[in-house]
Amino acid sequence: MGVQTMSTQAMTIHWSAFGSVFAVSLGITLLAVVLFSLGIAVWPGADSAGGGQLRTANRSLAMVAAVLCFGACLAVAAYGLVLIIGV
Amino acid sequence: MGTVSFLLIMVILTALAFDFTNGFHDTANSMATSIATGALRPRVAVIVAGVLNLAGAFLSTEVAKTISGGIVNDAKVSLVMIFAGLVGALLWNLMTWLAGLPSSSSHALFGGLIGAVWVGAGSSAVQFGAIIEKIVIPAILSPIVACFVSLLATYFAYVITRRTAPGQARTGFRRGQIGSASLVALAHGTNDAQKTMGVITLALISAGLLPHNAGPPWWVVLSAGLAIALGTYTGGWRIIRTMGKGLTDIEAPQGFAAETSATTVILASTHMGFPLSTTQVCTGSILGAGLGRKLAKVRWGVAGRIALSWLLTLPAAAAVGGAAAWIADRGTAGVALVAATAAAAAAGFWALSRRRPVTSDNVNELPARQYGQTERTAA
Repeated sequence: MGVQTMSTQAMTIHWSAFGSVFAVSLGITLLAVVLFSLGIAVWPGADSAGGGQLRTANRSLAMVAAVLCFGACLAVAAYGLVLIIGV
Repeated sequence: MGTVSFLLIMVILTALAFDFTNGFHDTANSMATSIATGALRPRVAVIVAGVLNLAGAFLSTEVAKTISGGIVNDAKVSLVMIFAGLVGALLWNLMTWLAGLPSSSSHALFGGLIGAVWVGAGSSAVQFGAIIEKIVIPAILSPIVACFVSLLATYFAYVITRRTAPGQARTGFRRGQIGSASLVALAHGTNDAQKTMGVITLALISAGLLPHNAGPPWWVVLSAGLAIALGTYTGGWRIIRTMGKGLTDIEAPQGFAAETSATTVILASTHMGFPLSTTQVCTGSILGAGLGRKLAKVRWGVAGRIALSWLLTLPAAAAVGGAAAWIADRGTAGVALVAATAAAAAAGFWALSRRRPVTSDNVNELPARQYGQTERTAA
């Protein structure tokens, strides 16, 4: 067919590239999963409703923290989307 | 100017058929855990995966410039060998689908080509070093990396949400799963549809219908995208069941951790110069999610069967590809005979699958006979 010619190549395994893939995968996954889990954990649930003013302030604080966590996850996902589309 | 031969038409049809099986073989990679945890209803999941695969096919312009990526000497690859390789890959995909095993479609295609080239051009045209480097090593490393990453992710997901109301945690993780599963499906579309586009484009170039280094014509992009999307939509329910329910019992936090690990590992490997294999990554991450949750049951028998199918993918597809190349090399009658045999075998596999059908309705139920009596204990 002769579309592309390939020379015989020696086997080379790029362990450093593999190490980077491993490290980056682990880092990004843990970052995303931990942030998302924290977001779920601090999200003010329906069962903790009621209570005084302090409780309301706590709830707002928790809500802000959760939104920040989910926002960070969205940013990671958006970067993933850029990687998929942008190449 | 080249001519449209019977062989060329058969290559294009077989490539599209392979693309279709590629789609339904790999629906499980993106959607198995979402279906298993109830994050998405089965029918909705396959529609989402199908649409994202189609979108992915149009998004990426990076079409393979060589048929094999250096696994075989591309200069010696003829149209007959491409046809025979595709037949080998197609039949292996159907056989593993019947058995509900998630084997890699790329490996099947490489296996088929290796066999066809070996028979057609001799063993010197097969680059054994490249096979070890580009198939065997990634196939071994992919599940290990994904399993480890997913195991830790699952562990942390459970530790962090241990005091959270179970309902709230489940709902949250299910929503997250939809996002991460969609990314896997989109990434899949940008990778796998390109393979078929590359094969058809190179076949057209070799027949003289396209100039050298031409990109895929619009109808190739469209038909390859549609074939993989339709295949995905058909839903390889047998494989989805194995990955979502058979390998381990998946809860929402595990599903989220597994999908996120799979997405990250696939994207990192694609963009950092160490390609890993999608199917192996997804299976490994589900296994890791099983190991990362306390009391979760991993069915090692199922894992062993999957590993065995990975081991057999190259030689089995190569054997079929080689036999097909030998027969198809006899001329048009040979090509027709191979095509007819492949079509008959495909129909046979389909008929066999009807005996114990797996559909969107029973995809989340494990038959006790197949998986032993104990799985209902680990709910």
